[in-house]
Amino acid sequence: MKRVKSSLWSILESVVAGILGLAVAGLILKAWGYSPTAAYVALVRASFTDLYGFAGALANATPLILTAITFAIGARAGLFNIGAEGQLYMGALAAIAASLFRLPAGIHLIVALVFAAVAGVLWSLVPAILRATRGVSEVISTIMFNWIGHFLALFLVANVLVDPYRGEKTISAALTSRFPILIRGTDLSYGIFLSVAFALFVYFLLWHTVVGYEMRAAGANPDAARYGGVQSRRVVVLVFALGGIAAGLAGATQSLGRPPTYAVYSGLPQIANLGFDGIGVAMIGRNHPLGIIAAAIFYGGLQAGARLMQMTAGVPLEMVRVVQGVIVLALALPELLRIFRGLGRRLWRPRSLGEGGEG
Amino acid sequence: MTVKYLWSIFFLSLHAMVPITLTAVGEVVSETAGLFDIGLEGILLLSAFTGALGAEAGGWILGILVGIGTGLVVGLFFGLVNAYWKGNQLITGVGINLFALGFVAFGLQALGTPGFHSVPRVAQLPKVPTPVGGLSPIVFVALFLPFLIHWVLFRTRVGLWIRAVGENPEAADVAGVPVELVQLLSTAFGAALAGLAGAYMSVAWMGSVTKEIAAGRGFIALATVVFSGLNPLLTLAGGFIFGFFDSLATWISNIPGVKEVVPWQFISMTPYVVTLLVVTGVIGRVRFPKALGIPYRRE
Repeated sequence: MKRVKSSLWSILESVVAGILGLAVAGLILKAWGYSPTAAYVALVRASFTDLYGFAGALANATPLILTAITFAIGARAGLFNIGAEGQLYMGALAAIAASLFRLPAGIHLIVALVFAAVAGVLWSLVPAILRATRGVSEVISTIMFNWIGHFLALFLVANVLVDPYRGEKTISAALTSRFPILIRGTDLSYGIFLSVAFALFVYFLLWHTVVGYEMRAAGANPDAARYGGVQSRRVVVLVFALGGIAAGLAGATQSLGRPPTYAVYSGLPQIANLGFDGIGVAMIGRNHPLGIIAAAIFYGGLQAGARLMQMTAGVPLEMVRVVQGVIVLALALPELLRIFRGLGRRLWRPRSLGEGGEG
Repeated sequence: MTVKYLWSIFFLSLHAMVPITLTAVGEVVSETAGLFDIGLEGILLLSAFTGALGAEAGGWILGILVGIGTGLVVGLFFGLVNAYWKGNQLITGVGINLFALGFVAFGLQALGTPGFHSVPRVAQLPKVPTPVGGLSPIVFVALFLPFLIHWVLFRTRVGLWIRAVGENPEAADVAGVPVELVQLLSTAFGAALAGLAGAYMSVAWMGSVTKEIAAGRGFIALATVVFSGLNPLLTLAGGFIFGFFDSLATWISNIPGVKEVVPWQFISMTPYVVTLLVVTGVIGRVRFPKALGIPYRRE
């Protein structure tokens, strides 16, 4: 009962933060001379009122669920792993690299996914080892690896996996290694099932296995976990590796599941920032796999709607990330709702009766 | 010829050092008071953008002031949330970074120049001519400030308060130090320096704003703070190491033959690799305030 109540409370907090995010972003829009109402109507209408729009929302949610999981597993274990961005680049390109061989359909996709997962793990390994053995802050090491990965990815796109006929992109993923499209005419591929399944797997792992218990114990109280016999080094490496798998697969869902080209372009336009957006999604979803699925669909919907918003209301689509930033800032406020409750109490009750105080 | 060449490398490194050293020395003050701000990257980005707009509206003086002001406002917000409301410092920092990423990209797009916005030459901060090349006046500020901050932190009552608040907030509280206020002002001061660094990048150094202008410098500054062990003077060394490798890419491309052998992408990686190596090397030898990152709650 207590658990149900606390998760309801979390959901409510996220909803309030979401409203706050939209409101503050609306003020910014107004300040720049745009119409917030027109923008928001376009935003919502595009993605949440018809099937094709909603398919777009799900397509955008596909990688975000996975990169959010990367962050969330870390957060549950007390690690601030913000390295999904670089791991995702590596995963996207490794999945493309699998197209250098010929394999039968189906098997080829699986091989490509394994490549992507391994690449993600490899890219998370150095920060993991540095953290586990030398105590180097993962905040710094993962960001450095994101930048190293950024330049390595640019190099790989331009020199190694380059399309011999079109220098601005990699070779396209082989037909046999692509995710099939789920709804014709949309970007939505079977990748969404991979994302959701992985999120459910992590949910099961965290709350129904011994390993998951150790991870959460390490996050909740590192000292107590150590006394309890949890080997923190093993947990750190495991958490990073799982996160690397998730981020690598996120990259694969983009390079193997996004029509029409199924390739990565120089400058990484389709995959850049998916790792960082995942952090925001994880926070909105309160680092819970189920919350993350919902938050990713919400944010993916905003992204899908942003294109229509730009066309009809003339509002730059980057506005959506402003909304996300404000939501995360609102969630950083502890007991956000308590502040609201306190405000409400003060407004509705005479001062002399308000000494009930904040619990 | 060779001497002139060395001077130009040295000056390039000095210019690249400025944003790191300014941001890092500000963060030294914030972390000494116990607040860990990973939103520096976002502050650099935001103030580079607002600073550029300010410079275009009213010259470089206004640009620099707007940049500092932007940092200050974000820092006051960060301090309010974390010193007073005991929020989550890491999440606040990430929120600032995400917000900045969106806001600046949005702003650049709204200005009709998605991706790139250049600051007109007349609005840029002119360089001070020296016999061996021009130097931005902000370089001198960045070279001087660490000494001033070192003196304040270790030789004045204000510095004692800041250190006490980060080391043992309970004791500081009992001794009558306004813990929250000292934390708020320390982190706001640090953020204002990051704001100066951001405005320097767009108004003085590069003369343009892009979405990627910060390029991880906020996090490299955090790494520099680790390297410094909260000694303001060492932010000069840390900043210079990064500045040197940052400018490496610029001058190495002038050496004939090198570009053909080493792809530019690998040269561009070096500052990040070096930062990681340096941090790994010093870890364990530095000590941080006991209460760093832990919200202070009066019992």
